[in-house]
Amino acid sequence: MVHTFYLNGYYIALDVNSGAVHVLDKLCFDLLNKFEDKLPEEFPTEILDELSKEYSREELLEVYSELLELQKAGQLFSEDDYERFTDMMKGAPIKSMCLHISHDCNLRCKYCFASTGDFGKGRKLMPVETGKKAIDFLLTHSGNRHNLELDFFGGEPLMNWDAVKEIVDYARSKEEEYNKKFRFTVTTNGVLLNDDNIDYINKEMKNVVLSLDGRKCVNDNMRLAINGKGSYDVIVPKFQKLVEKRLEGENKEYYARGTFTKNNLDFAQDVYHIADDLGFDQLSVEPVIADPSEPYAITEEDLPTIFAEYEKLAVEMIRRKKEGRCFNFFHFMIDLDQGPCAIKRLRGCGCGNEYVSVTPDGDIYPCHQFVGNDEWKMGNLDDGTLDTEMKDKFACSNIYTKEGCKDCWCKFYCSGGCNANNYSFNKDINKPVKLSCEMERKRVECAIMIKVAMADK
Amino acid sequence: MEHIKTVNNANLKESCAKGGCGECQASCQSACKTSCTVANQECENESRKGNK
Repeated sequence: MVHTFYLNGYYIALDVNSGAVHVLDKLCFDLLNKFEDKLPEEFPTEILDELSKEYSREELLEVYSELLELQKAGQLFSEDDYERFTDMMKGAPIKSMCLHISHDCNLRCKYCFASTGDFGKGRKLMPVETGKKAIDFLLTHSGNRHNLELDFFGGEPLMNWDAVKEIVDYARSKEEEYNKKFRFTVTTNGVLLNDDNIDYINKEMKNVVLSLDGRKCVNDNMRLAINGKGSYDVIVPKFQKLVEKRLEGENKEYYARGTFTKNNLDFAQDVYHIADDLGFDQLSVEPVIADPSEPYAITEEDLPTIFAEYEKLAVEMIRRKKEGRCFNFFHFMIDLDQGPCAIKRLRGCGCGNEYVSVTPDGDIYPCHQFVGNDEWKMGNLDDGTLDTEMKDKFACSNIYTKEGCKDCWCKFYCSGGCNANNYSFNKDINKPVKLSCEMERKRVECAIMIKVAMADK
Repeated sequence: MEHIKTVNNANLKESCAKGGCGECQASCQSACKTSCTVANQECENESRKGNK
């Protein structure tokens, strides 16, 4: 399978199954687009005759031989022979956990997927003992995996900060005995940040996600305090202090992470605001996931505007990169050479199999997006249950079981999308959401184009 | 080649030879955890890194 596209003056061909990215001239692009599958040894006469009206036969034959050369080298129309790896993750260890340390929040964001923090199950904080049991669960279910990830999530994790510190201490005390390395991360809205917890986060958390939507008017339209006031003025100085101190320390990773909605389809302006006006150079602004009935939900009619916005952002980033002063936009990050292996790419996040979420009650769910939906409860830390049948169901969900993925050029970049999103919209983890797919494909095209442009001297 | 420039090493096939170790970061596919795109992840397989 080959995907061709034209973007920002570049004619690009992606050989899906090898991952090869080729930049073509227009003649080559036009010629390649005549073929849906492998090129025959002999140039088909009807195609040669047709293109001869626009190009010279000599050049066409020359290009055809170049394309054949790539095909023989396994870089064009290469075979998809990865299906043999689909069962490889069945019975995999559990190595990552989203720990819902707080099912309460001090903001009331309009688009919150967690029902403003309580996931529809009542506001509560996780007891320390439950957190310690979660650590024990990871230690004993992670097999030979050395790196264990634990994300403190909510609600708002800072509302239960003493518990976070006790759980981190407990986990660290077990690392040597079990030969494991915990990588902690936290996602915070910033309201309760202070000097103490900033220092602690910067010392112990490998990554920190700082929720901020961009311009004040945009942020304050959606991210509201309980009293209805916008959060921007409270959180921005705290985030800036955290990042300033963080960059002096060992753990430098962070993301200023925003959500865009139908209300700010000009979201590139929010990206520039976060980067230029606020000084954050690691950032991510992502489309809201919402019921289509919500007035802020992104709908199909918004796609042309969103695509144009992504393209503008990509072009601007190239300009800045060439000047050596660009920020990092998460969704345009792509490693075309040494990224994850194809085996990882078959199923992506590993939710419900390698990755689970644990609630304040010790209930286990496939991931944070399934929390609160009883149908997807996988087990509980107190009674020691774990639904291995459900675990296997997730282990065996991959780009070959998901509707439309096998024949989609983007399959090795999105890995079939988000299972929870698929279930939420289509009531089936194996049915991807068309709208999300469309946006993801555009982002990947932009990301590849940026690599192409940066390789173009 | 005159008409084609390949910009990367096409190594997806080779990645399987020593792949699937599971040491890399979980790549949350939802929009809420800043990790939608698997392809941006780093490989943490020491034996694969050795081939870099």
